[in-house]
Amino acid sequence: MSGRLIRDLILPRLDRGKLGALPDSVVLSDLGDKIAFTTDSFVVSPIFFPGGNIGSLSVHGTCNDLTCSGARPIFLSVGLILEEGFPIEELSDILDSMSEAADLCGVEIVTGDTKVTPKGAADRIFINTAGIGRVETAIELSPSRIVPGDAVIVSGPVGNHGMAVMLSRAEFSFDFDVKSDSASVWPIVERLLSLEDGLRFLRDPTRGGLSATLNEIANLTNLTVSVDETAIPVAPEVAAAAEILGINPLEAANEGKIVAVIDRDCVNKALDLLRDCPQAAGASFIGTITPERKPRVIIKTRIGGSRILAEPSGELLPRIC
Amino acid sequence: MKVEIEKQAAKKLASDINSMLAVHGGPLKFMEVCGTHTMAIHSSGIKSLLTKKLELVSGPGCPVCVTEKLFIDQAMFLGREHSACLVTFGDLMRVPGSNGSPADLRSQGGSVKVVYSPMDAIEIALQIAPQPAIFLGVGFETTIPTVAATLKTALARNVKNLFVLPAFKTIHQPLKILASQKDLNGFLLPGHVSAIIGADSYDYLPRDYQKPGVIAGFDGLDILLALRTLVEMSVRGEAGIENKYRTVVRPEGNVVARGLIDEVFDPSDASWRGLGVIPGSGLSLKAPYDVFDALKRFPVEVPEAPDDPRCRCARILTGELNPNQCGLFGKECVPETPVGPCMVSSEGTCAAYYKYGGNSIDS
Repeated sequence: MSGRLIRDLILPRLDRGKLGALPDSVVLSDLGDKIAFTTDSFVVSPIFFPGGNIGSLSVHGTCNDLTCSGARPIFLSVGLILEEGFPIEELSDILDSMSEAADLCGVEIVTGDTKVTPKGAADRIFINTAGIGRVETAIELSPSRIVPGDAVIVSGPVGNHGMAVMLSRAEFSFDFDVKSDSASVWPIVERLLSLEDGLRFLRDPTRGGLSATLNEIANLTNLTVSVDETAIPVAPEVAAAAEILGINPLEAANEGKIVAVIDRDCVNKALDLLRDCPQAAGASFIGTITPERKPRVIIKTRIGGSRILAEPSGELLPRIC
Repeated sequence: MKVEIEKQAAKKLASDINSMLAVHGGPLKFMEVCGTHTMAIHSSGIKSLLTKKLELVSGPGCPVCVTEKLFIDQAMFLGREHSACLVTFGDLMRVPGSNGSPADLRSQGGSVKVVYSPMDAIEIALQIAPQPAIFLGVGFETTIPTVAATLKTALARNVKNLFVLPAFKTIHQPLKILASQKDLNGFLLPGHVSAIIGADSYDYLPRDYQKPGVIAGFDGLDILLALRTLVEMSVRGEAGIENKYRTVVRPEGNVVARGLIDEVFDPSDASWRGLGVIPGSGLSLKAPYDVFDALKRFPVEVPEAPDDPRCRCARILTGELNPNQCGLFGKECVPETPVGPCMVSSEGTCAAYYKYGGNSIDS
């Protein structure tokens, strides 16, 4: 069964040279002297959502994790776990999306595995991807390089992915035009790498959204991060849906955004670099790393008040990625 | 530009409040009755703009917080023992009873559906008939009219498998009890509830308790404006009701919505978590709508469900204590594993303090 799946469905879509030979393992060469390596599993529900599906997400998610180490994604592996009876049409659509996403990311799927489990042993389809990237910077992007006074920028409006997945669940009958932002963030990071020393640290604000990432930065540096609520971009349709569902868009996941900590003096240059990058439309300078030795995030509110931006507690949704 | 104007307006309102209190001496203690106000006060950082001489305490206006554990136990019993599909607003999903929450029931294979309008319960009932669909009836005057309208429709369409587990509450009786607390100087009155019951319905606050009340919208600025009015009235020793949410709230309220409530429900006693039984503060279904009462249709046997004796929600719900005066707050009692109802609900006082740092921003 999985032999035919591989031959008829998977290889025609995903093979770009190495996958089709079906060896037990693939041999890779010319990787350079510094590589990044990561893996992630994808169990999102529902598997199709506006702006993407579990297939494109599984490519973007792993590529973006590589990217945050300053690495250009080059190779991916794909493990498919299918529940018996999973419709071929849906699998084809998912593989088409994977193929398209991988081509757009400039990454080649070089090895893979497919398993079919008995009905009930998996929920429709799970995907694992692992990725190798070539590190294209001499700088180690580490929180230890963050100093008080540094600036925090976000590459565009936040909360789209989490909100799109939430709204596409059957239990909501709303009609909002919210699309997932699922995309590769390499074009953004490639530009920011030219800041060289001015670039300190990168994160893609996935689970827990911007709020979780800012708190992570505060915890890793043991410093207070201060952000301006009015500078944080949120698309109007996301804000509207968030209001109705009682969800904080800053806590909703992103799959195509970057939070970068950079030298304060590089802010204008960074925003200039991102200006012609469609993936970074709406990039904004949202806050600073303060000298205060207290790991927390303070948000200046619309009306000029201040409050804590707490780490998101619990789960907005159990399966967003 | 708009942002700058808002900031300036907020600054002006806050400075008016602070200088009035500097002259007057204070302290003043106001209660916001509505859970949405509690969240708005915390999320907009209002407390950080105001003098410590003005204390804002939260009242029993979060419907989930004042719903007894027994209610969740009854709902779970109906779901488990009578194989009913529980239909609920999302905020009840994670509320733990003695044996888990509706979310737990769903993950164990039980049937639980989240809706944003009670009307959706009719469609759900029709789809799953003859399996019973039970709407978990929690809420104040804002949600009750839509439940009444749903039951009228269900009766007209002869829907036989839809029921309501009623724990509805009305705001005036507990407000009277709170108004008799000596150290409370005034009330920030709810926006949406007032849209139904009307600004005039609070006339007893100034008349019988000599306390001012101001109806407020939900924006940071709306709330600051209402607080300034409350401080002005308190400083001058005036008691009255002011409506600062005129775009939504009329003096007489929404007569049609209240008519719906009266058509379907009779006033009854209700048990409030934290406050105990308050006569005339609840609603029970009256004929012919009592056929929809889940407790009349299905035998439900659940034992008494006492709260953790260390939980201080009762005194927090009445504004006597702040969450950080409870020994469990932030330690054993956190949003993932709440002990008391004020931590469970997204509009609960403890959840707001936990999430937004409460008063601790300068500590």
